[in-house]
Amino acid sequence: MTEGTLPALSAEHPAVTTLRRLLAMPQAALGVVVIVLTVLAALLAPWIVPVDPEEMDFDNLLSGISAEHWLGSDQMGRDTLARLIVGAQVALMVSIGAVGLGVALGVPLGLASVHFRGFVDDVIMRVMDALVVFPSLLIAVGLAAAMGGSLVTVIVAIGLANVPWMARVVRSQGLTVRELDHVAAAQAGGMSNVRIIVRHILPNSVAPVIVQATLGMGYAVLTEAALGFIGVGIQPPTPTWGNMLQQAFPMLDQQPLLSVVPGLAIFLLVLAFNFVGDALRDILDPRLKGVVDA
Amino acid sequence: MWQYVVRRLLQMVPVLALVTFLVHALMLAIPGDPVRALIGPGEVLDEEQIALIREQHHLDEPVLVQYGIWLSKAVQGDLGRSTQNQRPVAEELGSRALVTLQFGIVAWLTALFVGVPAGIASAVYRGRPVDYIATVLSIGGVAIPNFWLGIMAILLFGVTLGWLPTQGYVDIFEDPLEGLRHMALPAFALGVTSCALIMRQSRSAMLEVLAQDYMRTARAKGLSERVVIWIHALRNALLPVVTVFGLQTGRIFAGAVVIETLFGIPGMGNYMVQAIFARDFVVVQGGVLLMAVSVLTANLITDLAYAWLDPRIKYGD
Repeated sequence: MTEGTLPALSAEHPAVTTLRRLLAMPQAALGVVVIVLTVLAALLAPWIVPVDPEEMDFDNLLSGISAEHWLGSDQMGRDTLARLIVGAQVALMVSIGAVGLGVALGVPLGLASVHFRGFVDDVIMRVMDALVVFPSLLIAVGLAAAMGGSLVTVIVAIGLANVPWMARVVRSQGLTVRELDHVAAAQAGGMSNVRIIVRHILPNSVAPVIVQATLGMGYAVLTEAALGFIGVGIQPPTPTWGNMLQQAFPMLDQQPLLSVVPGLAIFLLVLAFNFVGDALRDILDPRLKGVVDA
Repeated sequence: MWQYVVRRLLQMVPVLALVTFLVHALMLAIPGDPVRALIGPGEVLDEEQIALIREQHHLDEPVLVQYGIWLSKAVQGDLGRSTQNQRPVAEELGSRALVTLQFGIVAWLTALFVGVPAGIASAVYRGRPVDYIATVLSIGGVAIPNFWLGIMAILLFGVTLGWLPTQGYVDIFEDPLEGLRHMALPAFALGVTSCALIMRQSRSAMLEVLAQDYMRTARAKGLSERVVIWIHALRNALLPVVTVFGLQTGRIFAGAVVIETLFGIPGMGNYMVQAIFARDFVVVQGGVLLMAVSVLTANLITDLAYAWLDPRIKYGD
């Protein structure tokens, strides 16, 4: 984060250094592998999906692991592997969209809080408090009732839940940076508030925002799954890991595999995001250790 | 100290007002005539009757006025009547909240009594098998979807072994044994994430405390290892655990929405989801108010607990 002010020790781009250090940590490397595989599966879906995820194979209803259906099939004979891969696309779109929305709204709000202070800061932070109080699931249920469960609804609902965390991270970073001697000196020397934000606060916020964003991705995958499960997320026939679990639940005693597979996928992807997020925190900002938890 | 509490309570007022107003506005934004939600299905009314209902429920007034009417009643403890069954919302919410509270508390206590000792053991026996097992469990516990864990628990304990009931709810005060049996699986599913977070926090806090000079002093005084850990270290290691408590109250509500649906428990989460779909905004608004009050109160208790655990922290300016 001090790249701009200190001479670089090597010619390597800081992002490359971070990635190299990340891959040197076993857990983080595992996380990166899982994320890369998921992204590849999602991108290459049209070529690698074995059969149409909506095609019904009436000869193989609720089948277990077999040559025709590697991960089994559901009560309508639809291929679980195919649905899982399409579900990966949805999970990634939701997490990227929701975190993107959180950053797009939360960072400017945090900066505005630091910039204007006083009354504006109070108002922004109280609104953020109000947002934290809403469980994001209920926002989503409300939005789904208002607009119908769709990709956009889900992204907006989870994204809104991300906003206060982003704003708080940026604000607290801003408050700390503003007290630093060289920043206080720059301000005393007549540097404008806006320039202090652009030159000092924003660059210092990048690391914690990246960490928060990575952890937020895992949270988004979890929330999407929960929404899908209670039936207010993205609606069938589009397969999502959440609605796959919802449809599998009544079949639990007949074909448990149907409930096991999507849950494992969610677990692995969330685990991967958490591993990478934790490692990034240790690399980018050791001071944050333990702060962004929970 | 009391000044601080009063100031914090006063600060809650604008947040609560904002939350309830936003919900009010959101519910009105849902397409469809709210009068439709008030009259029974298939009931046919003429213009005059509809106008009368509209007037009775103040639906002909501007949003702000409607909100003002609701607010003035709410501060007197009257949250209105459900548009679905005409029952007083405050009463219904109270009984529903009690259900959620019951299994929320069981989940929370289990998380606490498993998480703190496990975290401490993990720190004290750092690098030994106990530490590895606890660490793996805590990492997994944060990443696992709680409702999926619930499904897997139903599969194992309900479907396969047949040991525990998987649906419904029995009042713990009426039949304690059946109540606990019904509560075991949902409370487990709900508590795992909190437990994992508590374990993680108490482990890292304990490690930090164990490295402090006063720990060496305590040992040098000849105090037994047990006294050193449980008396001297624990209190300081609890601080971050308290933070998790504050953050988890909201999460328990969110988790309850899904877990109650999964296990068919007639709690608040379940009630709110049904009310949102039925456009019963009187219920939704009351429920959100109750949740908001709970979360804000939990935050306040958290901050006060800090001061109690760490005398260096003083509130009151």
